[in-house]
Amino acid sequence: MNVLIMGCGRLGAQIAGMLDEQGHRVTVMDTTPASFRRLRENFGGVTVLGNGMDAQALERAGVGEIEAFFAVTQGDNRNYFASQMAKQVYQVPRVLCRIYDPGREKIFRELGLETFSPTSMGARVMVNMLLGAPQEAS
Amino acid sequence: MYIIVAGGGKVGLGLAAELLQGNNEVLVLERDPARAAAMGEELGDSVMVGDGCETSTLDGAGVARADLVAAVTGDDEDNLVICEIARSRGVVRTIARINNPKNELLFKKRGIETTISATQAILAQIEQELPTHEMISLLKLHGGLELFEIKLPATSPVVGRAVREVLLPPESLIALVVDPGGSPRLPGGDSRLNGGDALVVVTHRESLDMLREALIGSTHGLDT
Repeated sequence: MNVLIMGCGRLGAQIAGMLDEQGHRVTVMDTTPASFRRLRENFGGVTVLGNGMDAQALERAGVGEIEAFFAVTQGDNRNYFASQMAKQVYQVPRVLCRIYDPGREKIFRELGLETFSPTSMGARVMVNMLLGAPQEAS
Repeated sequence: MYIIVAGGGKVGLGLAAELLQGNNEVLVLERDPARAAAMGEELGDSVMVGDGCETSTLDGAGVARADLVAAVTGDDEDNLVICEIARSRGVVRTIARINNPKNELLFKKRGIETTISATQAILAQIEQELPTHEMISLLKLHGGLELFEIKLPATSPVVGRAVREVLLPPESLIALVVDPGGSPRLPGGDSRLNGGDALVVVTHRESLDMLREALIGSTHGLDT
């Protein structure tokens, strides 16, 4: 699969490494060159310097040919904005978006984005660590 | 009308001041507490500290009963998110300021009514950098009205005059005066105007030449 990842933070670099290892074509973009140091040593994909909210930068990173887009910068609003660009302007088939704020995450999910909130998920996991997973109501 | 203005920059402040004079219920959301406090001196209760991108802030502002939400921060991604949250709470009319004209396409695709066109934004940006252009379009309002920023040159015929003495075109209003030090004030009829003051004026675009004549004088070229 041909994949573009916006944001080469801890999460972006991990996703990039995992998909690269599995043989996918991976492009990672970030606004600061130093971020690419987080990529694993034998990373075989492409790095592009640029802002994922900028149409020109997205096109330089090959947004027209990708099958999946990950928006994983530190900014919820930036992630949302870039996701909608990918989805609505470039018709990328799969757009996955990290949103820290659970309130916003709910709204964006209802607007049709595939969102993921590490805050909600982390809270659930940690409460379960303490109390044990809730029994499934069958 | 109940109008929420998200973003207390120059545009937000000017807009709020004008809307308040039109007897609307207005609430400005400003993230920076210091900036909000400074605005509170001008706008009284109509300012709330908070990030308009947070659902809790907008809910606390009573967004569900707002007739209009204007997102006028300096960041397009924030303005988009503010409009989306407002619409998820049932607000029908949302207006976004677009800072980068290239982003207008996405706002259109999201169905958000915008009143600042790309051309205007570019023009305003150019004009802000060229001191010879004294009139900058800030925002298009309803009914053909438009918000302009006008810097008074020392040679202006209204320098030293009170606001009530200034002969403005019909349906025009000086909504806000920002002195050269950057302090804003709501002008009363007796307020004196000084060289270097920046005026935020509501007018019709057709009245622009008349406004220029009144505030800047006829020695300057008519180049808009």
